[in-house]
Amino acid sequence: MSVVEVLFVLLGIVAVGSALLVVTTNQLVHAALWLVVCLGSVAGCYLLLSAEFVAWVQVLIYVGAVVVLLLFGLMLTRAPIGASTDLDAGLGQRAVAALTAGGLAGIVITALVDAFSGERIDLGGDVSTGSSASAGSALFRGWVLPFEVLSLLLLAALVGAIVLSRRDVGVEPEAADGGPT
Amino acid sequence: MTTVLEVALRIVLVLGVFLVLPLLVGQTEHKAMAHMQSRLGPMYAGGFHGWAQLIADGVKFAQKEDIVPAGADRAVFKLAPAVALLPYLIVLVAIPVGPGLVAQDLDAGLFFVLAVMAVGVLGALMAGWASANKFSLLGGLRSAAQLMSYELPFLLAAASVAMAAGTLSLPAIVGAWQPWWLIWQLPGAVVFFVAGLAELQRPPFDMPVADSEIIFGAFTEYTGLRFALFLLAEYAGIVVLCALTTVLFLGGWHGPFADQLGWLWTLLKTMVLAFVVIWLRVSYPRLRADQLQRLAWQGLVPVALAQLALTGVVVVVT
Repeated sequence: MSVVEVLFVLLGIVAVGSALLVVTTNQLVHAALWLVVCLGSVAGCYLLLSAEFVAWVQVLIYVGAVVVLLLFGLMLTRAPIGASTDLDAGLGQRAVAALTAGGLAGIVITALVDAFSGERIDLGGDVSTGSSASAGSALFRGWVLPFEVLSLLLLAALVGAIVLSRRDVGVEPEAADGGPT
Repeated sequence: MTTVLEVALRIVLVLGVFLVLPLLVGQTEHKAMAHMQSRLGPMYAGGFHGWAQLIADGVKFAQKEDIVPAGADRAVFKLAPAVALLPYLIVLVAIPVGPGLVAQDLDAGLFFVLAVMAVGVLGALMAGWASANKFSLLGGLRSAAQLMSYELPFLLAAASVAMAAGTLSLPAIVGAWQPWWLIWQLPGAVVFFVAGLAELQRPPFDMPVADSEIIFGAFTEYTGLRFALFLLAEYAGIVVLCALTTVLFLGGWHGPFADQLGWLWTLLKTMVLAFVVIWLRVSYPRLRADQLQRLAWQGLVPVALAQLALTGVVVVVT
């Protein structure tokens, strides 16, 4: 095994371990902080696969924005220091959750191994596949339609959030009765 | 063998810059602020105009007792200063000082810098939550709210330069820089600098640490070396923000005799910007929460979007 492979396996172990801690720790804020470790080590895996651009976007979006938002939400709801045992799920719910997660992981792993087990990407020679230039041209040439559809989805989510947060929407103003319809 | 030596030399250089420049900015702040307020500032430490004041402060901080509050979350509380400080050290690696003079030229350098800087804010949030103190929690909440609104204009302004230069690599951006960009990218530069100040929680954007209302916010419970690390993170943040603004908007090493004196130009521009940061602290009162949000969403974001549109049009036309 080369150095890159050893590092990749180590980062993978850290990612899986911290992901397990996210769902098993009974301290809310610790779960959010373990999520930082997990997402960070996934970014490290991208980096080792020479997908530099994707790795930094992962750090910027997930660690910098999503986890900050999570922590903000937790602080607003007075996340206590120490264990929040009252939030623990029952044994049955835990079993179903473990079964679902394990099953999903099994399906994804089987599908990935089945599809890509023989493929090898040479990371030593031409590493331009993961550069920002190649990622950009692939995104805006080959995948521009899915990209635009996704942005439409995000726009819809944004408008929905604004509608949900405004209380005056939906209540008919009385002045509208006399106006043209 | 030479490569190992070279890497070691680069790391030592970055570490040296990281340890010296923030102290220099701190000392400048002591003296400049004092003179702007008709005071003298530190005069005794070290003899000549108190040049060793911050070293003396460091010795003082190291001697103080390291207290962890009884109700605090010990592990997170102790980890927070490192999380706040280390990202700025890592960012310095990617900042070019002169032509070919950069510790590590990264293909997506701009993204690297912005991503790693975004990690630093976790330190303040961790400190605010783990202190088990209402003032600290309020400070943490305020920092989170402020950071979420100012991250967007910060990124948009940086994206404008990347579009103009057609690359994400910081040395290549400086290489592509032309003097007329000073006017073309001026709105973006102002947005970047102001939003960066807000991310650093420097006055007038210091509502999260407002010492007169919430007693230094997230850092209320910190003492001794850990508190000093947070202060160092603030000044390292100023150095990084000013260096980034220099590299992205002020042309980095460009200037007379750029081939020989390029590094001097970068340092000079960085220090001038650092002086502006201090000047703003002395000049402006603290912004209220609603003023903060209005400035971000109704002022900086539209300007940044207009700058992006302008950059796009000019890039396509020329």
